[in-house]
Amino acid sequence: MSVETVAGRPRDGVVQSLIGTLRRAPLHAVVIGLCLLWLIPTVGLLVSSFRPPRLVASTGWWTGLLPPLQFTLENYVRVLNAHHMGRGFLNSLLITIPATIIPIMVAAYAAYAFAWMRFWGREILFTLVVGSLVIPLQMTLIPVLRLFTGLHLVGTFPAVWLAHTGYGLPFAIYLLRNFMGALPKDLMESAYIDGASPLTVFFRLIFPLSIPSIASLVIFQFLWVWNDLLVALIFVGGAPAVAPMTVTVSNLVNSLGQNWQLLTAAAFVSMAMPLVVFFALQRYFVRGILAGAIKG
Amino acid sequence: MSNSLVVAVFVVAGVPAIQVGYAVLIEALIRPLPDRLQWRLRPWLWLAPALAFLSAFLIYPALNTLYLSFLGPTSEAFVAFKNYSFAFTNEAMLVAFRNNLLWLIFFTAFTVSFGLALAVLTDRVRYETVAKTIIFLPMAISFVAASVIWKFVYEFRPAGAPQIGLLNAVLASLIPDFRPVAWLVNLAANNFALILVAVWVWVGFCLVILSAALKGIPAELLEAARVDGATEWQVFLRIILPMLSPTITVVATTMVIFALKAFDVVYVMTNGNFNTEVIANRMYKEMFNFRDFGRASAIAVILFIATVPVMIANIRRFRHQEAIR
Repeated sequence: MSVETVAGRPRDGVVQSLIGTLRRAPLHAVVIGLCLLWLIPTVGLLVSSFRPPRLVASTGWWTGLLPPLQFTLENYVRVLNAHHMGRGFLNSLLITIPATIIPIMVAAYAAYAFAWMRFWGREILFTLVVGSLVIPLQMTLIPVLRLFTGLHLVGTFPAVWLAHTGYGLPFAIYLLRNFMGALPKDLMESAYIDGASPLTVFFRLIFPLSIPSIASLVIFQFLWVWNDLLVALIFVGGAPAVAPMTVTVSNLVNSLGQNWQLLTAAAFVSMAMPLVVFFALQRYFVRGILAGAIKG
Repeated sequence: MSNSLVVAVFVVAGVPAIQVGYAVLIEALIRPLPDRLQWRLRPWLWLAPALAFLSAFLIYPALNTLYLSFLGPTSEAFVAFKNYSFAFTNEAMLVAFRNNLLWLIFFTAFTVSFGLALAVLTDRVRYETVAKTIIFLPMAISFVAASVIWKFVYEFRPAGAPQIGLLNAVLASLIPDFRPVAWLVNLAANNFALILVAVWVWVGFCLVILSAALKGIPAELLEAARVDGATEWQVFLRIILPMLSPTITVVATTMVIFALKAFDVVYVMTNGNFNTEVIANRMYKEMFNFRDFGRASAIAVILFIATVPVMIANIRRFRHQEAIR
């Protein structure tokens, strides 16, 4: 719309934009409606986790939003202490942080070799990595469980650290190799001409330049391990001393049954960390998803 | 407890140190060698840790599982194809196959079409970022948490009692004489109730990828079509859809893989009861509850074979990308 029409016939402008808004009303209704649909189940969880038990069991959570407002922290106190969620939170951290750190460097070395070194079998090996992106974990569980049983690692944190390192590597190598391979060739060549060793090139050039994709990878692996149920279920199990929150909550679903105020509180405790990571680092998370859309 | 903390601190500080040390060490070791030999050895030394992990946790176990699938429950006797004939005749397995097929069709169709529709719709509103963030949010949380969220939505109370589950309450207020449904027990509804939870989580993934691809379509192209008198619907069908089709394929194959491997939602919400069993949950049961490693391995192999077409498609696409790089 040009300045002239706005100045000359303001009324038309207003009418037109009103018509425009009305014509777009169905669009807004659909988009906003879907957003609400996506949000409301989580809001229900959050609201219920703060309501007193007797109200949760007898009235819908939406009635809790109307006065008289009755909220309590009691549910959180109970799940954190009596239902092992406090311990579970710590276990989740103890599992996730190492299981995120270990694979990154291992993958970065391999990605460096795949991207910038020539050797016989490079194509075939990397094709193998691409292929292994979609191997179902189920295909590996029994032999790995036997391996860990032999090493007396079942039910300990190192078991999940090692397993998650192995399972996370194909995606990590794939993502980093694609990123490193796209770095400018001239940069590498001039570094070598200046007499830099491969070691210097990796630590001074490639690794620092790859930080954006490494950041995506860290978030990805962190959330993947934090949210994992299957691997934890099989290699550490449900003992409160070692079980991460996913395993604890899934056990609570069976043992607490209808105690929704406790279940919702427990679920929210397990969601807190991913939500913080998500809101703080959403950009890198999305970037990681876009860069590696074939992870299974 | 304090023990594991010590180990964790060691891992956080020690592991990176060891990893950097490894690179320094291998480079120091090959330095005295002639240049040519250095360049031949170097790639393998840099690859070695990754290759060790991949062999120990993926390649060897996969081959071993294939072998175990021809052995008995404790992997002692050779039983040939007995585990496979069990897998294809056992009633619970047949239910699992049927359900995975339902997952494959409906989960994939819903996630991709919702994702596509939302990508096109959110592209036209000013609060696009907020809308996309909301839809994408469930991707960040675990399936266990998502299962609790939705189990509460599906909560059922007998007719007459106040419904505390959102779905039954909404339907009861909209439809007169509505009889509350036990969504996770009702045989006609429960599989779809489970699939819906996974759809809720994964639509955001499809949306983000398809939306990025949509932004890649040149605006002039769409403008030109509109100037030539094409309706929005025609623009979508004739330009947007064909131009997005490679991305739709990528997204759809990812969804197919997920549908085949579906586990967490089923394990937490119904544990496969009331005819909601899926292959991955069945494998878990054979492995842990029934301790039959032969049958569990055979089920894993079947699951693997189902993913092979996707694997081949991925490798082809990767080769193609490399060729045009």
